Amino acid sequence: MNGLTGAYVPGGSPLHRMPVGVKLLSLAVCCTALVLLPGLWSMGAAAAVTAGLYVVSGVGVAAAWAQIRPVRWFAVALFALQLLVAGLPTAAMLTSRLVLAVALAALVTLTTRTSAMLATLERGLGPLRHLGVDPFRLSLLLSLTIRTVPVMAALATRVREAQRARGVEWSLRAFAVPLVVSALRHADALGEALSARGLDD
Amino acid sequence: MIDLADVHVRLGQRDVLRGITVSLPERRIGVAGANGSGKSTMARLFNGLAMPTSGTVTVLGDDTRRHAARIRRRVGFLFTDPDAQIVMPTVAEDVAFSLRRHKLPAGEVTRRVSAVLARYGLDGHADHPAHQLSGGQKQLLALCSVLVLEPEILVMDEPTTLLDLRHSRLVAEALRELPMQVIVVTHDLPLLDGFDRVLVLDEGRIVADGTPGSALGHYRKLMA
Repeated sequence: MNGLTGAYVPGGSPLHRMPVGVKLLSLAVCCTALVLLPGLWSMGAAAAVTAGLYVVSGVGVAAAWAQIRPVRWFAVALFALQLLVAGLPTAAMLTSRLVLAVALAALVTLTTRTSAMLATLERGLGPLRHLGVDPFRLSLLLSLTIRTVPVMAALATRVREAQRARGVEWSLRAFAVPLVVSALRHADALGEALSARGLDD
Repeated sequence: MIDLADVHVRLGQRDVLRGITVSLPERRIGVAGANGSGKSTMARLFNGLAMPTSGTVTVLGDDTRRHAARIRRRVGFLFTDPDAQIVMPTVAEDVAFSLRRHKLPAGEVTRRVSAVLARYGLDGHADHPAHQLSGGQKQLLALCSVLVLEPEILVMDEPTTLLDLRHSRLVAEALRELPMQVIVVTHDLPLLDGFDRVLVLDEGRIVADGTPGSALGHYRKLMA
């Protein structure tokens, strides 16, 4: 959850200061390069460069690990499967590619404010205005989606606690119904709050 | 200045407001009343979030039916639950979000955001995830996100209901110093101390209207 909602680590590193568009373009180039790298030695070099970028960014080990951690079991499963069907070198290559791509994407997230990312997206979608697409609404939709993740998690925790307080250890219906009702109420309140902030015109 | 002329609001089968006619020119106005008395609906009329079933609501010279969007840009609204008002991941970004459609230069946005956060003691949290703030801090953030727009009128719907005593005091202090007209709907009666005028609603009607002393005295008798 944190990866989506509270990932940005404030700082003044060159990576923090780099324009978002340049960061995203560099990420695309790096991910493509990862796919094209020929052998394990070059993958090792890519890992060293990625580690170096993390050091330059100054985001810290804990923040970096929080980004990588969610894919750890997937990486282990991928390695094991590839080891069985394709051998050690291929397994190591594929798993390294995945982990390094996630690490590089995480670095962009860790050094970029959500608002800057959304502003870039809005600018990027600007030409679609001629096709009737409202870039502001699209970026607003994304920011609301990001913001809603912790809200939904808090609602789920509240419903779960209320269940336990009434002696119900687990019941899908008793969990889902109040959660959906709370989510709909939250959506109503959020819509009203957006209107109140003048965002309905 | 807000004027209500013979305002009725009907929601489903229920008459929430019944024939309210009142002019509200004072700087500090409180609205009290029992649950279900219609006070939150009345507050929502003030910035066009709710519309009268009949009658007219005029805010700063505009009819809310015809100019709701324009009125909402001039009238700030603070809700009871700050979680529903926070739309961006971090504190500073949420305040800046309010200014997004104003197309201000980045430096001006930063200056305004920093100033309002510093005023309400949230400058140390500017880059923190908003959902990790305490309930009181979230309400102050919601207040900052409204005040950064410098509204001409501020309407607050039970702003201290979810707050502890310390944060309630912070909101009360903030409220006293605000330069604009402020209308507060609340059960927190001490919050209305020093107000110019208090309205008491009961079953959709104004049953008391006067100084905090006289109106709240009537309200206490009503609730006894």
